[in-house]
Amino acid sequence: MDSDLNLKATELRLGLPGTTDAISPPKNNKRSSPDSDSAPSPPKAQIVGWPPIRSYRKNNLAEAESGSFVKVSMDGAPYLRKIDLKVYNGYLELLEGLEKMFKLTIGEYSEREGYKGSEYAPAYEDKDGDLMLVGDVPWEMFESSCKKLRIMKASDARGLGCAV
Amino acid sequence: MCLFQSVMNYFPEEVLEHVFDFLTSHRDRNAVSLVCKSWYSVEKFSRKKVFIGNCYAVNPERLIARFPRLRSLILKGKPHFADFNLVPHDWGGHVYPWIEAMAKSRINLEELRLKRMVVSDESLKLLAKSFPNFKSLVLVSCEGFTTNGLAAIASNCKFLRELDLQENEVDDRKGHWLSCFPESCTSLVSLNFACLKGEVNAAALERLVARCRNLRSLRLNHALPLEVLQKILVQAPQLNDLGTGSFTHDPNSETFIKLKNAVKNCHSIRSLSGFLDVNGRCLPAVYPICANLTALNLSYAPGIFSNELTKLIRHCKKIERLWILDTIGDKGLGVVANTCKELQELRVFPSDLYGVGNAAVTEEGLVAISAGCPKLNSILYFCQQMTNAALITVAKNCPNFIRFRLCTLNPIVPDAATNQPLDEGFGAIVQSCKGLTRLSVSGQLTDQVFLYIGMYAEQLEMLSIAFAGDSDKGMLYVLNGCKKLKKLEIRDSPFGNMALLSDMGKYETMRSLWMSSCQVTLGACKTLAEKMPRLNVEIISENEGGAGEVEARLDDRDRVEKMYLYRTLVGPRTDAPDFVRTL
Repeated sequence: MDSDLNLKATELRLGLPGTTDAISPPKNNKRSSPDSDSAPSPPKAQIVGWPPIRSYRKNNLAEAESGSFVKVSMDGAPYLRKIDLKVYNGYLELLEGLEKMFKLTIGEYSEREGYKGSEYAPAYEDKDGDLMLVGDVPWEMFESSCKKLRIMKASDARGLGCAV
Repeated sequence: MCLFQSVMNYFPEEVLEHVFDFLTSHRDRNAVSLVCKSWYSVEKFSRKKVFIGNCYAVNPERLIARFPRLRSLILKGKPHFADFNLVPHDWGGHVYPWIEAMAKSRINLEELRLKRMVVSDESLKLLAKSFPNFKSLVLVSCEGFTTNGLAAIASNCKFLRELDLQENEVDDRKGHWLSCFPESCTSLVSLNFACLKGEVNAAALERLVARCRNLRSLRLNHALPLEVLQKILVQAPQLNDLGTGSFTHDPNSETFIKLKNAVKNCHSIRSLSGFLDVNGRCLPAVYPICANLTALNLSYAPGIFSNELTKLIRHCKKIERLWILDTIGDKGLGVVANTCKELQELRVFPSDLYGVGNAAVTEEGLVAISAGCPKLNSILYFCQQMTNAALITVAKNCPNFIRFRLCTLNPIVPDAATNQPLDEGFGAIVQSCKGLTRLSVSGQLTDQVFLYIGMYAEQLEMLSIAFAGDSDKGMLYVLNGCKKLKKLEIRDSPFGNMALLSDMGKYETMRSLWMSSCQVTLGACKTLAEKMPRLNVEIISENEGGAGEVEARLDDRDRVEKMYLYRTLVGPRTDAPDFVRTL
């Protein structure tokens, strides 16, 4: 699924190439020497108590962010729809769902040319209010930053298609 | 006996007491009691406010014997790292014995302020029944109580002025605790229930607000919708401090328009917080009061986009204390730097707790703030990356830091530009900020940073260390150099027995030392405990329950996972659970 959209190539990760996400927390003593070539692997959220935030704050922030329903508009359609992003496991499923809901075809994603070969291209409004092409960033990142979806006419999406 | 002293002794005790009334700081009063027996006695009987930084350093009986006329008590319980799940549940810090003892001795308690303590409903009920003049209850990061306990407080404390619940874990039984304030209660000045999860009776709240004409501070919880806020603001335009509940509504609705008008009338609001569940398009409703705001807390509002945040902040020219999420971004911090020239305290919390990769802030934002805000003296900054150059610049721009807490999201990340440790950066901070009392370091750090800290951080009282240092030397630099150190907390760092045991007397000058996932062994801890009877050296095991087994297998040469030691006048505590062993 991921390989169809060629996400691995653009996936933003801080680990060494080839490592998976399951990085164990660093045991004491041995620091990476300052002369080492690569940055030390980031332990991310696997370390107990890091980053040091009160559980109260963590719990409340998590709740505040758990809303996953987003509006979907389609250029030319009289009214909007709403979908729950949590229901989908990735871009393929999302696009299939959108295709079904709006009875259209979206076409194949490629990093260079966006959604070639179809009438429509899916775009979304992110946390900063910017209009972005769906598919550029890893799914999890998309899930948490997508505020609104917009199915644009491919002719309007020309500019978005040439994403670098 | 000098002339001064003999002259002073001619003054009757009432005069001495009157003079001592002007001494409000605990340190001053402590100093005064050491002068002579007569001053000790006068001070002892006139002391009304007592601060106990570690509830296990003394016990209730000694407190009451020492200050029999106390009216106001501040108690702190669990070690700071308990905030980050490093201390097992049920470690301790129970307030009940204190309330029980004070009730028995008929202490005229009026104020109680607790931090990181376990507060049972039973304690609250006893508190409510035992102290007829009780006025103020402030609970910060506490747990163990339900809304039933709050109902007891509301029902029984006839002169209650303040009920302030900050970030507590409360079991909300969804009862009608708020309705328990009797109609006769008109004394409330401050009410903060933002941390409660359940519904409150909106009508009861509105009536309460209407009859408490002295109400200055009100912080609502998530369950109260905008409609209720609007009605309350109409009733209480005199508020100084407002915590909105949820802040989301159709901006075109009648309710929202009414809210905007109500807000316009609140000329006294200086502090604003809440926005739990917010629609960014509703924010303009608060623009009219932004010009006079001195404190703003948006750190529980991840739903506000960066541009909406900056638009709001541009209105807040007098802000002195700002708590926000890193969704503001470096650019947003630039706006803060240009707008908030009165800024003294900034806290930037992380919004991305699961490493999904949303942009956080970097060293750029911090540098911008340091350049733009000359009055900055306190900072807590969670960031994606940092550089020595940035820290050196910050140190030059802001020599007035009292509190400097930097937390890199990756705890051992080196300088983002040079890949070097961040030693020089923090070194610059401690060298420049001569008044620094609290410091938290993070990022890749060697023993060198501790050399700097020991050398320059003369006023340092609290130091937090994680994943730092190379050897015992690091810890030694700190213990030898920081003469005013009171609290030292260390996790996941290679400090061991040599450092721990080098200056055992030092720990009696400190409140506490926490070391977890370090290199200290059981044997060394035992040695320390044996040589220093006025310290409690606690070994905290991971597993509650299975602790006995784990304990038996621990050899003197084994590393201790968690050690917490603190000075005490009253020996090992009697309420320690199974998994805590006091050596």
